[in-house]
Amino acid sequence: MNTISRSDFNYICELVRRRAAIVLEPDKAYLIETRLTPLARQNGFDSLQALIASLRLNAADSLHRKVVEAITIHETSFFRDAHPFETLQTTILPNLLARRSASQTLAIWCAACSSGQEPFSVAMLAREHFPALVKGRLRIIATDLSGAVLARAREGLYSQTEINRGLPAMLLTRYFDKQGLHWQIKPDIRRMVDFRQNNLAENWPLLPQMDIIFMRNVLIYFGLETKKAILAKVRGILKPDGYLFLGSSETTLNLDAGFEPISMGKTICYQLR
Amino acid sequence: MAVLVIDDSKAMRSLIKRILNDAGFEVLEAGDGQEALECLQRWNHIDLVLVDWDMPGMDGYEFVRTVRATPAYRHLRLMMVTAESELEHVAAALAAGADEYVMKPFTRDAVLGKLDLLRTTRE
Ligand SMILES: C[S@@+](CC[C@H](N)C(=O)[O-])C[C@H]1O[C@@H](n2cnc3c(N)ncnc32)[C@H](O)[C@@H]1O
Repeated sequence: MNTISRSDFNYICELVRRRAAIVLEPDKAYLIETRLTPLARQNGFDSLQALIASLRLNAADSLHRKVVEAITIHETSFFRDAHPFETLQTTILPNLLARRSASQTLAIWCAACSSGQEPFSVAMLAREHFPALVKGRLRIIATDLSGAVLARAREGLYSQTEINRGLPAMLLTRYFDKQGLHWQIKPDIRRMVDFRQNNLAENWPLLPQMDIIFMRNVLIYFGLETKKAILAKVRGILKPDGYLFLGSSETTLNLDAGFEPISMGKTICYQLR
Repeated sequence: MAVLVIDDSKAMRSLIKRILNDAGFEVLEAGDGQEALECLQRWNHIDLVLVDWDMPGMDGYEFVRTVRATPAYRHLRLMMVTAESELEHVAAALAAGADEYVMKPFTRDAVLGKLDLLRTTRE
């Protein structure tokens, strides 16, 4: 079996820490094995060990980057980057509520939601600050390519490491139950989010027109043409006065002139021109 | 910004100190609640306190209650950093006046992320 040695594990930890500032717990050895074994094969190595040996011998190159990406691709956290959620609470949701009639539903889409922290952050924020919305007027749809992360998201079960990251302690006490060593988000928050599988790079399922779209930290993984095609489709599905959030290192600039970056509070979001 | 780190384990204090130093914080250390109170009297530029729960002498919970009963310390932001990881502990710490809570073992991101939270919610 392809079990990773302690020194190889440490090497990979150090690599992802340096490149992505991500700290891997010792219990994450399985993650390295399951993500990197296929990558080793794709790149012509006959084992994970051979791949790591080559990483060690060679200066940082695209192989190092692929390794980091393979491991970090599902990386997410509750209230990631904090500021978009602050702006959602203080500006965007109040604005939208003022503009929409009392009977209209607000639709929010988390595209590439990973294990669910992002849509659940939106759901908790709504529950905390916009009780009127929560009663049937809010629709949160969350999609991802990976069936495995969606299964985790639907369960709403998180490790202590995930809980420690970005989730205000007050919300932990209100919206989670402890299950052994894990924490599970309460059913009434889980029920607020509709999880579905969707590959952004292929045909999209039928989705309602969206008031807000979170499409964060996923465009970075795509080539130029794919990014453009996806943004064009986003334009088609975003309401004329809706808002798009990208990851903090992503932008529509030089990709799609149909969006205007708007600086709101400490974050940038995008609206249709 | 200056941070006071209270933990009876020197190794734990060093670990946290390194994380905070790397992120540009000045760090002061205390080994229990009593020593921490003396620190607060001596140094008035501390804004943030990271506090362990289980310690000999004055424990973290008692420290939080004491600080919250002292008007001069109203500006302090308090974050528990502890191996106590039951819901009741988190709830009790918040009720006593802690602003945030990190469970051990933690990652560097967890500590820095929660500090960010404290700083944004204060503004
Ligand atoms: C880094 S995570 C971002 C999670 C979250 N949006 C955030 O910012 O924290 C990237 C996610 O994109 C998903 N993803 C990658 N390629 C995708 C595709 N072609 N279509 C849909 N999702 C994709 C991955 O499965 C992963 O969960």
